[in-house]
Amino acid sequence: MIQIESITKRYADGTVAVDDLSLEIPDSSITVLVGPSGCGKTTTLRMINRMVEPSSGRILLDGQDIHQQPVNALRRSMGYVIQNAGLFPHRTILANIATVPRMLGWDKVRARKRASELMERVGLDSSLAKRYPYQLSGGQQQRVGVARALAADPPVLLMDEPFSAVDPIVRKVLQGELLRIQEELGKTIVFVTHDIDEAIRLGDTIAVLRTGGKLAQFAAPDDLLSHPADAFVEDFLGAGRGVRRLSFFTSAGLELTTAPIVAADATDAQVAERAAADAPYLLVTDTDGKPLGWAEPKSLTGGASSVPAAELISYGRPFESGRDSLRDALDCAVLSPTGWAVAVDDTGRVVGVASQLTIGDAIRRAHAEKGAEASDRASAAAAGLKVAP
Amino acid sequence: MNLFHYISDFLTDSSHWHGYDGIPHRLDQHLGYSFEALAIAAAIALPIGLVSGHTGRGGNALAVVATAGRALPSYGLLVLMFFWIGRIGLLPVMIPLVALAVPPILVTSYEAMRTVDPAPVDAARGMGMGPAAVLFQVELPVALPLILSGMRSAAIQVVSTAAIAATVSLGGLGRYIVDGYYQRNYETVAGGGALIALLALAMVGVFWILERVVVSPGVRRSN
Repeated sequence: MIQIESITKRYADGTVAVDDLSLEIPDSSITVLVGPSGCGKTTTLRMINRMVEPSSGRILLDGQDIHQQPVNALRRSMGYVIQNAGLFPHRTILANIATVPRMLGWDKVRARKRASELMERVGLDSSLAKRYPYQLSGGQQQRVGVARALAADPPVLLMDEPFSAVDPIVRKVLQGELLRIQEELGKTIVFVTHDIDEAIRLGDTIAVLRTGGKLAQFAAPDDLLSHPADAFVEDFLGAGRGVRRLSFFTSAGLELTTAPIVAADATDAQVAERAAADAPYLLVTDTDGKPLGWAEPKSLTGGASSVPAAELISYGRPFESGRDSLRDALDCAVLSPTGWAVAVDDTGRVVGVASQLTIGDAIRRAHAEKGAEASDRASAAAAGLKVAP
Repeated sequence: MNLFHYISDFLTDSSHWHGYDGIPHRLDQHLGYSFEALAIAAAIALPIGLVSGHTGRGGNALAVVATAGRALPSYGLLVLMFFWIGRIGLLPVMIPLVALAVPPILVTSYEAMRTVDPAPVDAARGMGMGPAAVLFQVELPVALPLILSGMRSAAIQVVSTAAIAATVSLGGLGRYIVDGYYQRNYETVAGGGALIALLALAMVGVFWILERVVVSPGVRRSN
């Protein structure tokens, strides 16, 4: 655990970058520091590895004041990833990744072997090992940056806007990779970004800082979206926070119906029976159960195959029931021309469909449950009890 | 007879290839002066340029010194030194040659260090590299191509200018030009001039090879 105890950073010219900030950063999770420019998020991060020394206050790492520890040993025990990766241009990719192990005195063979393992872990092809940084794309360079930070297997990873210089598509891929790596490794990650969407996607806990280096709110993303502490946080979260919060609600509880589904080999009679289920559209699937498209019941009078697949109404993008969130389900329903979302299993077979109305019910139910949980916690806290979250 | 005949006659005359006034000995002297001047200039200019580039301080002062140094006429300085301090060893010729070589080395080494990308330096410090390791394992290797280019300019200028040593009765390839001129022996003048030009070109080659050997392919300027 990293405990930040009322640290302040005041520069000689009187500027206050960080103002009496206290945070407890839990182990094995991603804590995101987010805020507008000038909020002191990078300064705070850089105080954790002593690239910046606080003017007052202290930081404890597993109970030990980091100021008492030799600075270079401290830094070697923390991975450090920066914007644009900061790779050494004169060293090969493999040598870049092997930097910290070499500093820690590993022999060359062992350090290089470790570096090769990490290239694989972060999704870099081994053919890049002997290349130089200028030969790699921005996204690849950033992967190398992450691999280099992980090389000596440090318990803590400090990441300073690591993905902000790559294009949005690559950024999304890298965020996904980070979550995958984190699932495998369980590091204590402190991640700085100015992008609230990135914070919500990656963070287990989010610290929102305001200009002048003050903490505005420290909460889990769901809490942040549902209960922003003040107008600043609400404003910073931006529009659509209600919809975005739905990403934290699972689609598992969503009631699906299989009534308006017909297979491509269904006969006229079977179609008529389904149409009686009083759905305005029928979803036609192939014989394997994969979705083909929607059709009006009256156009299927000669059996389900009477409309060619190409002329069916597009079913949009299906969501994976149970794995995707209510936000994904709602998105599917909104994007679908028929207003119905198609739920599939992990093999892409249809498990049911849901209307916007049903999804709306599920959202209200989920909110009610969350609200009950929160008030349970609040009343338990009021009664002096501890409830596991 | 044209220039090329002069040059080829001079170079093919076997009497020019041995003895005290032979090409090997004059070349040896010429390279000796040049190398010495370059070594002294590097010893003065490299540390100053690298340190001020690393710290980012003193850039303006360096620019003034470099501009002043470039404005010095080498030949004038040589004659002045010769009359002022006399012929004490190589001193009168070393002063103008060193003054010639210092500005390019000073300016490029300063620029080389100043323009090192701060991101890898920040990353190196953040990973726990000490100041000396950051300097020698990150900053210098990255700055090396530019540092070498300054050394190369200095070397070419020094090799070309070292001919003036002959005017104060020192040796080197300049002897052929000065002596040939007084003897109205244009074959010798042309031959000496051609040798100096070739030597300057050879410097380009030497530094090209040096860059191949000591600069990482990741930061070579041809990239």
